[in-house]
Amino acid sequence: MATRVTDRERVQRLVDDGAQLVEVLPRAEYEHEHIAGARHIWLRKLDTEAPRRLDRNTPVIVYCHDTL
Amino acid sequence: MSPRAACRLEQLGFTDVYDYVPGKSDWMAAGLPRGGESAQTPYAGDLASHDVPTCPIGDPLATAEKALREHRVCVVVSADSTVVGALYPDDLRNSGPDATIDETMHPGPTTVRANEPVDPLLERMRHADIDGILVTDPEGRLLGLFHRHHAA
Repeated sequence: MATRVTDRERVQRLVDDGAQLVEVLPRAEYEHEHIAGARHIWLRKLDTEAPRRLDRNTPVIVYCHDTL
Repeated sequence: MSPRAACRLEQLGFTDVYDYVPGKSDWMAAGLPRGGESAQTPYAGDLASHDVPTCPIGDPLATAEKALREHRVCVVVSADSTVVGALYPDDLRNSGPDATIDETMHPGPTTVRANEPVDPLLERMRHADIDGILVTDPEGRLLGLFHRHHAA
């Protein structure tokens, strides 16, 4: 089961250590604003794009706007 | 959306997956680096001064004396920098020699998050006739002081 992270300092540390940060919202929302350094893979494209664009052996952090 | 994405990544064979639950809204509210179109327009946190005088809540008022002689406000903070109150120069003049910060401060000053859009904020500040407002992260920790002249 994926690890839930609520602490943004931990997110920063994971990214500093090489984790892949991915926004899964629709592209327009990503283009409007995203976390610096994040790449974009929309949830609905995950099946086709994640295996091609992400490294399975490196931690991945996903985020959206919030939990609502 | 991110819980479903995390779940699906695991089903796709990714073994070390994290879901940053508070997400983008939390990151932006803390004033952390951002990309995209919004980065072209400053937020309150981008323009705020980080050089804000502070004093710890548990100390005698005398601790804040120097700051209050040199500045228009001294922010009262807890040990983890959470904003709990504010002191103004008049408080120094109106208090006795044994006064404490805790009993003298004005509790609960108005704050905004770092990603507060500047134009509507300026309008509200003009309407309320206030020059400065404190900027905090989502946990209420002090990030800076946004002053109307910062946006001039």
